[in-house]
Amino acid sequence: MSSLNKNTLIKSLLFYLPVFLLFLSVLNEIDFNYLKIENFSFNFVHILIFYWTLKNPRYLSYGSIFLAGIINDVVVGIPIGFSSFCYLLICVVTAYLRNITITPNFINDWISFLVTILLINSIQVVSLDIVFSIEINYMRYLINSGFTFILYPFFLFLFNVLENKITIQTND
Amino acid sequence: MASSRDDFVIAIRSAFLKKSYQQKFSLLTLIFLSLIVIVLGSFNFKAIQYIKLGVNEVVYRSSFIASIPENYFKDLNIKIEQHLNLYDQFQKNEIELKKLKEEKLSNDFLILENKKLRELINETIQSEDVYAKVLVDKDSPYLKSIILNKGSKDNVKIGMAIVDRSYLVGKIIEVNYTNSRALLVSDLNSKIPVLLEPIDLHAVLSGTGKNHGVIEYTKDEYKEKLNSNEIIVYTSGYGGLFKPGLPVGKIITNDLNKDNQVNFFSDFRQLDYVKIVSYEIGSGN
Repeated sequence: MSSLNKNTLIKSLLFYLPVFLLFLSVLNEIDFNYLKIENFSFNFVHILIFYWTLKNPRYLSYGSIFLAGIINDVVVGIPIGFSSFCYLLICVVTAYLRNITITPNFINDWISFLVTILLINSIQVVSLDIVFSIEINYMRYLINSGFTFILYPFFLFLFNVLENKITIQTND
Repeated sequence: MASSRDDFVIAIRSAFLKKSYQQKFSLLTLIFLSLIVIVLGSFNFKAIQYIKLGVNEVVYRSSFIASIPENYFKDLNIKIEQHLNLYDQFQKNEIELKKLKEEKLSNDFLILENKKLRELINETIQSEDVYAKVLVDKDSPYLKSIILNKGSKDNVKIGMAIVDRSYLVGKIIEVNYTNSRALLVSDLNSKIPVLLEPIDLHAVLSGTGKNHGVIEYTKDEYKEKLNSNEIIVYTSGYGGLFKPGLPVGKIITNDLNKDNQVNFFSDFRQLDYVKIVSYEIGSGN
């Protein structure tokens, strides 16, 4: 009986792990900036949302992504609703990719990810700079997009392992 | 051709409107909702302001709690760095201490003289300090800012200066009831009127989004005057925003390519407690 309860608990914990990671990363802005590596930054949230909404959107609901975007705006200090809009655009791309893809392919996903983050960051940069008159360092955005793109396969591997664990637990 | 366009339209429509996989909202609804939030956020209605304040209060506190593990590793990293540089730092400190002891004697005299002169012209500078703890210090690519645990209930107001020991680090840009946000001087949007000493030049210090600032809007002769080895950047007090004479950083002129780069005195990575300073110049006239 106790092992049954334990299994259910692990199952639930694993199932909600992507949502937990999403909220933790927007509240905490995981970026390893404290390592003080010059010109190194990446957007973990973009990788997380892209992977989980592309792979299996039932782990990461659109409502929670919207809420995470609001929290991110408050933490970072940009106009509220802005990150939500950008995160949801990632979801639109992944939903479109899911609809048109029959056989998932890593290279296709990776290139789509690059196009998506370039699109999102362009919208962010142009809107913040022109509409909201917040001065932005364009180069930092470009570097951020570059590292986010490069680090995607690494996180893809980790998330694949996690997803397998979740699938095994759910099927048990 | 027409069929491929139809496929594209179907895929796009499905992506926007389909509520698959136990989703409660369609993407289109949430995108419209976020656009409404952006538009409403740009208006200054009282109701929206109150909602914003409430959201800020909750999120800042939650962010502080969520940052505890990362802050632990951050502190650990700094401690290891400091241990590795211990001997070099000790030698530097020894030399600096000797120099400072010499300078202190002449400074004490100057302080007394300055006080007497201010009394003569009947001018006093009264400042009030509020000590605040740094709740969140995210080095984001968008804004370089910190969140402090003092807000409007502690009489914190927009525009107040933030000081680390005696060095200027930023100014308050947003005030909530129990906390506030300060923009660091290193942020791209930060512009501060400064005075360059000993060359006695007024200028504007701009943030760069990196760990240094740049001198802008000064006279052309500025570069000609850069013959002094070390130029200290102080707040000039112009505009009445900051107390005059707060040290900000120094320009090291040995490197000709970096002649207008200001290295800040304060290390923004290690801000735990800061002072929120408000001041008033009293005049007897």
